[in-house]
Order: sequence, then structure tokens, then C-alpha cells
Amino acid sequence: MQKIRRDQLIAKASELLENGTVSCVLGWGAGEFGYDVTPTVFKTTEDLKAGFVFNDFCGANFSKYLVAKTQKLEGKILVFLKPCDTYSFNQLLTEHRFDREKVYAVGIPCEGMADIAAVKAISGEGVSSINEDGDKIVVTTIYSDKPVIIDASKVLAERCINCKSKKHVAYDELLGDEGDVIESARFDEVARLEAMSADERFAFWQNELSKCIRCNACRDACPACTCEKCVFDNPKSGVENKAPANSFEEKMFHIIRAFHVAGRCTDCGECSRVCPQNIPLHLLNRKFIKDINEFYGEYQAGAEVGSRAPLVDYNIEDLEPGEVFDRRNENV
Amino acid sequence: MQVNEYKPLIVAFCCNWCSYAGADLAGNNRLAYPADVKIIRVPCSCRVNPMFILRAFQRGADGVIICGCHPGDCHYTSGNYFTRRRMTALFSMLDFLGIERERTRVEWVSAAEGAKFAATMNDFAEKVAALGENKRLEDLRCKK
Repeated sequence: MQKIRRDQLIAKASELLENGTVSCVLGWGAGEFGYDVTPTVFKTTEDLKAGFVFNDFCGANFSKYLVAKTQKLEGKILVFLKPCDTYSFNQLLTEHRFDREKVYAVGIPCEGMADIAAVKAISGEGVSSINEDGDKIVVTTIYSDKPVIIDASKVLAERCINCKSKKHVAYDELLGDEGDVIESARFDEVARLEAMSADERFAFWQNELSKCIRCNACRDACPACTCEKCVFDNPKSGVENKAPANSFEEKMFHIIRAFHVAGRCTDCGECSRVCPQNIPLHLLNRKFIKDINEFYGEYQAGAEVGSRAPLVDYNIEDLEPGEVFDRRNENV
Repeated sequence: MQVNEYKPLIVAFCCNWCSYAGADLAGNNRLAYPADVKIIRVPCSCRVNPMFILRAFQRGADGVIICGCHPGDCHYTSGNYFTRRRMTALFSMLDFLGIERERTRVEWVSAAEGAKFAATMNDFAEKVAALGENKRLEDLRCKK
């Protein structure tokens, strides 16, 4: 359960709307089901009271929405940012994707968000309602009259289990207490895959990536993917928006998608959260982050505004591409 | 009787200012390197987009090699330094996905190194031939 409550957020938003600091609020609106919380713009206090929700499924990272929402905006927009969202916020500022003056950022603490796939794994499909009761999540399904009660800590999203930071790196105002950067085990899964043989890795990725339906949700939700024209929208590319015809296209799309955000990815985990097929896409991004940390020194994208991404930078003493493998062979 | 022996198809992206001239020098000096190496001239090794490499594999290449100026000698001052970082990251990712690491390579060859160019291509073609056909990054629609 989140420490900060819906009422507190509505009170803060109403206060800022009424004293004219902001002209609208970017927040979480109710979706069709309890778990598909939808990013929504609220203009009035009444709208907020009617439609604003805040629960364990408010995982959406709002940073990217600011790019579109601030373009023709009069006044300021209020945005609620969880700690991991503030890294994306900074990264977008570094890339001059939106005007900082048009945004009023309120940092909110986060206790980790729930993963609906994990909930459904326990409760089963056909979820009709989801409610919170203290630290428990109460789920009712259309197949049973009896609600299923799940411990919220058991269904945390993978990215929240391996949370890298509870610290807000950007905000105008902070609700709750300041957290800290956490030592996380987020690279363990990557290291486990690296330790496998090439054949095993190939089998693993073939299995995962073959689920891809090319809905492009990973690209559309990613706060680092903000090109107005995407290379994958080119109708002559042969890999434009359509289901992959064969295993090559799946790999092509996912390698290039991960490569285009390499060095700029803040590891917010939106790609895996939005994936309808539950492909662990964050592992591809983390592989790049892990490599970059290893080869070019520790770097956290978005930790500060104006830092230079490692792949658009260089050092005369850099490693040669072949040396990487030689070094790994020595370690084995 | 002619035997149909497997020969790898290799795509070499060569920098206009050094490796491309190096290939020319290898030719002038009558140094032999496999005829299966298809050279694509690029203005600088950093012109090579990761998509080019994947595209080459899709269209049937068994190995892709990128040749550029030695670090510090780039015609555009710093292009090959960027190539070096990008390709390090990309090759490591291809390896992570289980694609044989010997299929990709970056080599620095200057315009005066015709012999090195031929030796590099011979060595690379041999390594790729030992791996056999590219199965892991092939596109069946592009097969003849």
C-alpha cells in the first residue's frame, strides 16, 4: 500500500489549481478496470474528485507525457513524479524535450507498484474488481463469489523489487520524506544470462522475443523514445508497424529499440510494464547499462541535468570492441 | 568435377579515407583476399548504423566487418572513437542474444596497410567459414 493517499494528492492539486500556480493537472484517471489506470489531464477540482485515482497500479511514468502536453500549454502543468520518474524527467530536460518553466513537479514517495500479471497469476483471469485493504489487495473475479486476498508485497513489479532509488532527483515540491539511492540487485538477472552458453542465451531470447506482436507499446511508453519520427515508422524499412513475419524481425526491432536508448535509458522499466506479452525487455536495456558501467565508468542517466550520455562521448583510452570478449574469456 | 564448397559471404564497411584505399593498395600489390568479401564504402566508420549491420545479416551476410582509420587518425577527428564505443556496445548485445561473436569485427586499417587489409580479410573469412552459415540472424524470405 502506498504511504501517500489519494486525498492528500487531490488536496495538493486542488490547492495549486485554485491559487493559480498551475492550469491543469496530469494525474492518474480511472480506467475500465481497477488496474488499468490511465494518465489523464484534469482541469478542475471537480474533475479531480470524480476521476483521480491513486493506488498500487499507478505505475505509469508521466515524464514522457510532458513533451506533448507542454507544447501548446497556457500556464503550468502539475505533474506527480515517483522517484524513478524523476530520472526520466531529468533525462528529457537534458535533451531539451520540454520547457521546465511550464512544469510544476511534485515528488511523491513510492512503496513499489503492483504488477497485474503477478496478481492474475494468483487470482486467475477475469478480474472484475480490485480494492485495497491495508497491506492487502482484494481481488474479485467473475468466476468466483469469494474474493482473493493477496499480500501487496508479494505482487510487486520486477522493477520495484529491484528499485534503484527512492530519491527524487528533480522536483519543485516534495510530499513525504526524501529517500535514498538504494543498492539493488538489478543486474543479477543479466549476469545470470551472461553466464549461460551462447546456445542457451539464444534459446532464451528466441523464446521470449517470439512472443512479440509488435504493438510498439514498449516504444510508445518509453520516456527515452521521443523522436517525432521513428525509424520503425518508415514504410520502406520493411519493419514498419506490423507483426513480425519471422524471428529476424523480432530481433531486429528489439536490438535497435534497445540500442537507440542505450546510454539514455534510466531503467524506469516502462517497457516491461506495458508489454502485453510480458517479455522482459528491461533486460536488454539493463545489459547496455551494465556494459556501459563496466566499460566507461558508472553512469546513471538522468541523475543530473546536462550530463553527457556515454555513447555520444569518447575517451582516447577506450576499449577495443574485440577486447571485451578477450577480457571475459580470461575471467571465465 | 566441381564441388559446391561453402563460402561465407562477408560484408566489409570500409572508411573512404583509409581502409578503402587500403583495399585498393592490397589489389595493386596483388595480395589475395577472398572474393566473397563485399566492400561497401562509407565516408567514415561512424557512418555505420547498427541497422546496417543487422540488415546485412538479414540479406544473407555471414559476417560483417567494419574497417576504419586507426584511433587518432580519423579524417573527421573523432568519428572512429564513436564507432568504437557504439560497436563495443552493439557486439556485446549481439553476444548477449546468443549470436556468435566471431561474426562481427572492427578492425583499424590505414591506407598504407594493404598487407594488413588482405591478412585481416583472410583471417576473418576463415573464422566465419568455420562457423558456417548464419542461422541465428537470417531472414528466410531473403534466401535464394
